[in-house]
Amino acid sequence: MSSREVPVPFKRRTGLGRPAFRVLVALLYLFLLAPLLIVLVISFSSNQFLSFPPEGFSLQWYRDLPHETVFVTGLQTSLITASIVTLIVLVMGVPAALAISRYDFKGKQLVASLFLSPLIVPTIVLALGLLLILGRVGWTDTYQGIVIGHLSITVPYVVRTTLISLQTRDTSCEDAARILGASGWTALRRITLPIIAPGIVAGAVMAFIVSFDEAVISLFVAQSGLRTLPVEVLTYVENQADASVAALSVCLILFSVLVVVAVERLMGLRVAAGG
Amino acid sequence: MTKPRPDELAAGGADRDKRRRNLDRRTYWGLLLPGLLGLLVGYVLPLLWILRMAFNKGGPDGLVISAFSGDSLRKPLTDSYYLKVTVTTFRMGLLVAVLCVLASYPIALFLARSTSKWKGLLTALAIAPLLTSSVARSYGWIVILGSNGLVNSSLLGLGVISTPLKLTNNMTGVVIGLVEIFMPYAILVMISGFGQLNPQLEQAAASLGANAVKVFTRITLRLSMPGVLTAFLLVFVLSISTFVTPRLLGGGSVRVLATEIYDQANVLINWPLAAALSVIVFALFGIVISGYQRLIRKVEGIDR
Repeated sequence: MSSREVPVPFKRRTGLGRPAFRVLVALLYLFLLAPLLIVLVISFSSNQFLSFPPEGFSLQWYRDLPHETVFVTGLQTSLITASIVTLIVLVMGVPAALAISRYDFKGKQLVASLFLSPLIVPTIVLALGLLLILGRVGWTDTYQGIVIGHLSITVPYVVRTTLISLQTRDTSCEDAARILGASGWTALRRITLPIIAPGIVAGAVMAFIVSFDEAVISLFVAQSGLRTLPVEVLTYVENQADASVAALSVCLILFSVLVVVAVERLMGLRVAAGG
Repeated sequence: MTKPRPDELAAGGADRDKRRRNLDRRTYWGLLLPGLLGLLVGYVLPLLWILRMAFNKGGPDGLVISAFSGDSLRKPLTDSYYLKVTVTTFRMGLLVAVLCVLASYPIALFLARSTSKWKGLLTALAIAPLLTSSVARSYGWIVILGSNGLVNSSLLGLGVISTPLKLTNNMTGVVIGLVEIFMPYAILVMISGFGQLNPQLEQAAASLGANAVKVFTRITLRLSMPGVLTAFLLVFVLSISTFVTPRLLGGGSVRVLATEIYDQANVLINWPLAAALSVIVFALFGIVISGYQRLIRKVEGIDR
């Protein structure tokens, strides 16, 4: 910070005493991470029912996970859904971001906010609308139904990360290529896309995670058949009190952490998550 | 985008410009088409459908009576039960937003000011919960707050209480869970707000004799108000429409708009009423967002 560059003849005093402030921050961190920490501890417990403290430690919940058929089929459904959603959303989002950043047209602001707006629309409302409309064409409890349901909530991530890449990365080579005679398509394929690839990948990863974790839309659109993992977990937590969900959550959290590290490497988590 | 041929480059003139504009138009609409189609089917149509559905009337046995009346829409505002649900939702949103901003502000301030080499890791830790599902985190809170949970067994073990506190299956649990679940959003929003705050202003105030409290209230807090307000709005908006946490930590006894919409849509099958309740959620959004815009103009007016 700049305090060292500018000579200040007084001792620097940032509001509130330093140690007290640090303790406060540490306590708040503890609160923020408490549910994740507790899930981690309880997942290794040998208790038959959900309670604290653990009576002993075992790996029983992890060993039993592959035999919980609802989780296995749910995982399958979620992975298939999230993969299809990610592919479609890339086809929707990347060209749209190119159009928004490279062309001037009437209603551009409107189009841009349309693409980003699903993030602030209440999911429960969207879920109800999707249920009503997919019910009419008989697509509830089908893959196409869930995939359509997940499109709008995932596309903003792809559009945003691609747009950020297009705006912050140096794409002047694109003009150079065009001047040297490359067609628009060639310049896009050989220059622009490789340069913005990290942004596209980060967006795709975010879209995958959001679709994979999404519970409410999936619950509305497909609850009597073809349940995704979050829907299975939600129902499980409501009906049983044991630690198998904890073991499952730890596995999913580890998966998320790997993804976080990958995204952070690619472009910085704050940008991807919408800072 | 067209290949610029040498003769074209040399020719110039209005004719070429016009041709180019038409080509451009075809290109950008072509680029936007897949996205717009996807949003039409998965976003715009469902929302419009809700608006239309809210004017229908709900009949017995899940029958939808096609109509154009305000009956369904009036119900949430006149029926005392739904009015109570609406008020509860609104109050829960306010409480969660206030507590969440209070809890997130110190972390955001700390992260924005930190020069430690751990800053990257600490920032990642503060945001990482975003990437775990709210189902898993609500489950974690059940383990902490439940009658056999961490808090109750510790307090019972220490002899502080003799019967377990009721911290789940009620509003207390829902509020605690929601505050924690939305903290990463609030932290993210406020960190970007702090980015614009020059710490030299605080040093200047301090060197001119202001004490720590004065520096904080007159400089730090005031200049970070836009970030605080945005975080408040975001958390409020998220919490009045959230479903998973009230359902899991509320255990059926917390009735908010989101759980009510679910019950009307999937259990009682009264679609017009579910749609009307959704319109109410949207209206609450509108009220708060317009209030926010008025406030933010005021706050930013002070700065300039």
